[in-house]
Amino acid sequence: MVILLNENYHVCTGCALLCDDIEVVIDANVITEIKTACRKGVSRMKGCNDPMSPTVEGQQVDIDVAIGAAADILKNSESPLIFGLGNSTDGAQKKAIELAKHIGAILDDTSSFCQGPTLEAIFNDKIKSCTLDDVRNKADVIVYWGADPSNSHPRHLSKFSYFPRGQERQRGWEEDRTMISIDIRKSHTAKISGDKFHQIPLQADEEFIDALIDALSGKVPKVPFEYDPKRILELANIMKNARFGIIFVGLGLVYSLDNMDPIVKLMDKLNELSNFHLIPMVGHYNMRGFNQNLFNETGHLNRVKFEKGNNTKVQHGAEFSIVESLNEKKVDAALIIGSDPLSSLPRAVADHLLNIPIITIDPCETFTSRKAKVTIPSALSGVECGGSAIRMDGEEVMFEPIIETTTLSDEEILTRIMEAL
Amino acid sequence: MANAMEIYQLLPKTNCKECGKSTCMAFAVSLLSRELTVDDCPPLKDDKFKANYKKLSDMIVPAEGASESGMIVHEDKCFGCGNCVVACPVNVAEDSLGAGIGRAPTSDKVILRVEDGIVRTSNVHDCRRFGENKILCNGCIVTCPTEAIEFV
Ligand code: SF4
Ligand code: SF4
Ligand code: SF4
Repeated sequence: MVILLNENYHVCTGCALLCDDIEVVIDANVITEIKTACRKGVSRMKGCNDPMSPTVEGQQVDIDVAIGAAADILKNSESPLIFGLGNSTDGAQKKAIELAKHIGAILDDTSSFCQGPTLEAIFNDKIKSCTLDDVRNKADVIVYWGADPSNSHPRHLSKFSYFPRGQERQRGWEEDRTMISIDIRKSHTAKISGDKFHQIPLQADEEFIDALIDALSGKVPKVPFEYDPKRILELANIMKNARFGIIFVGLGLVYSLDNMDPIVKLMDKLNELSNFHLIPMVGHYNMRGFNQNLFNETGHLNRVKFEKGNNTKVQHGAEFSIVESLNEKKVDAALIIGSDPLSSLPRAVADHLLNIPIITIDPCETFTSRKAKVTIPSALSGVECGGSAIRMDGEEVMFEPIIETTTLSDEEILTRIMEAL
Repeated sequence: MANAMEIYQLLPKTNCKECGKSTCMAFAVSLLSRELTVDDCPPLKDDKFKANYKKLSDMIVPAEGASESGMIVHEDKCFGCGNCVVACPVNVAEDSLGAGIGRAPTSDKVILRVEDGIVRTSNVHDCRRFGENKILCNGCIVTCPTEAIEFV
């Protein structure tokens, strides 16, 4: 299903919820009022505090010069890395894949150290998923596990999961829905779930899953930490009796597991007894789009290496993740698009980035852009340029630019770099 | 929302009665109901209570900031999640196909809406806590993750 825009509404690209009911007031090509978006969305739509300028070696240059310099770096690179793209449109992502093929680059995004495994399991039909509209219309048991949408996706509860009325949930949250939160701390989201909050120790998710599976199987659940088995049984009971259950998997859960097996096991058990779905709490507005686009093209959703001059050959594996390729010093130049790896990666990993030429394409200055050899400012997507993106549940959302700009979009910049090659 | 105990902890706790109340706890309760203001406690002006005075002043928004229904929005705490907008029974009744299903409000009659990332109020007369048939509705209080809504 493609979600088309109501003509009065705009789409917020503040997170992968892609809220499509935002009204704005524009005065002289400046957004002066934003209705219905949360504070996070407002701050995205208001634009950067520190807009980036086109530079080469720290000197301000004409945009064409910056694009030329970027092409030169990529031309001279034996093994370039292209990274980011979670904040780019589908169009820009497809262009980046094309560029990666052309120059034989390693291509990866943040999913390799966040929601990648969850999405992979969904793409390969190992886990049953559904859309957020299904959740709104049908879900009666909603579980947030290792996720705090009140901070990461502020409108998650109000727009889709707990509070809205839906076709089969006419009586709303008070009577028709149960919300559960499982986390290591009492987050803002956990607070809303009241006595349905389960606080577990750090790194104990797998044990808690096992205990829950035992409880679902009618055994007495046991965990190696202090926890009232009655509460686990009670949780199992609620989940077993769900007519339409949904687990929203946050990074807290993904980070504490070595692989997806425990989640797959839990989902299988739940679906023997009831009807459960899973949606990953994807952060950046189009991270899922990147994974989907690359998957459609190569069968892999991240961590690939293309072979120069051979369009069809692609390698895939952990060694091509940004972390490993930097650790192993496998790359000699980096093109970073709409991402800030120098602040999101551990220092030891990021260090190698500082030794190689970096090109950044971004609307705003970032820690990474300040260390870059070439910086190319791009239009703020969703605000200054339109396109399409994939919401966290896999639905495609189209959007138009809200204000006009002469700044090039990511897609246009990548096209120009390709041409300059 | 602050409670009387939290307020009490920040008071001089000497029961000096200078505020006209018999105990500091009683003064805390009057602060909470906005019967008295932080400035009604003279010892709080003392330098050694400077930090507490500041904290209390931030905590207790003056009653003038409250709407007629007694609602106070702590704008600094609100991040525009819209939980209260979608949960408010009046919003649901007036705008069942907008706010009621989680979407942008489409009716002028809603009490709560989010603008520029912060909740705004209108039609407060229709709030269920107001008027002759008032009830102790707490839809917007219990659904707020950050306790940004308070009634006095
Ligand atoms: S929840 Fe996300 S998409 Fe929706 S308004 Fe907030 S930042 Fe924007
Ligand atoms: S008290 Fe009830 S009716 Fe009044 S604004 Fe809050 S939720 Fe709405
Ligand atoms: S629930 Fe609280 S944080 Fe959310 S919009 Fe309402 S007042 Fe603001």
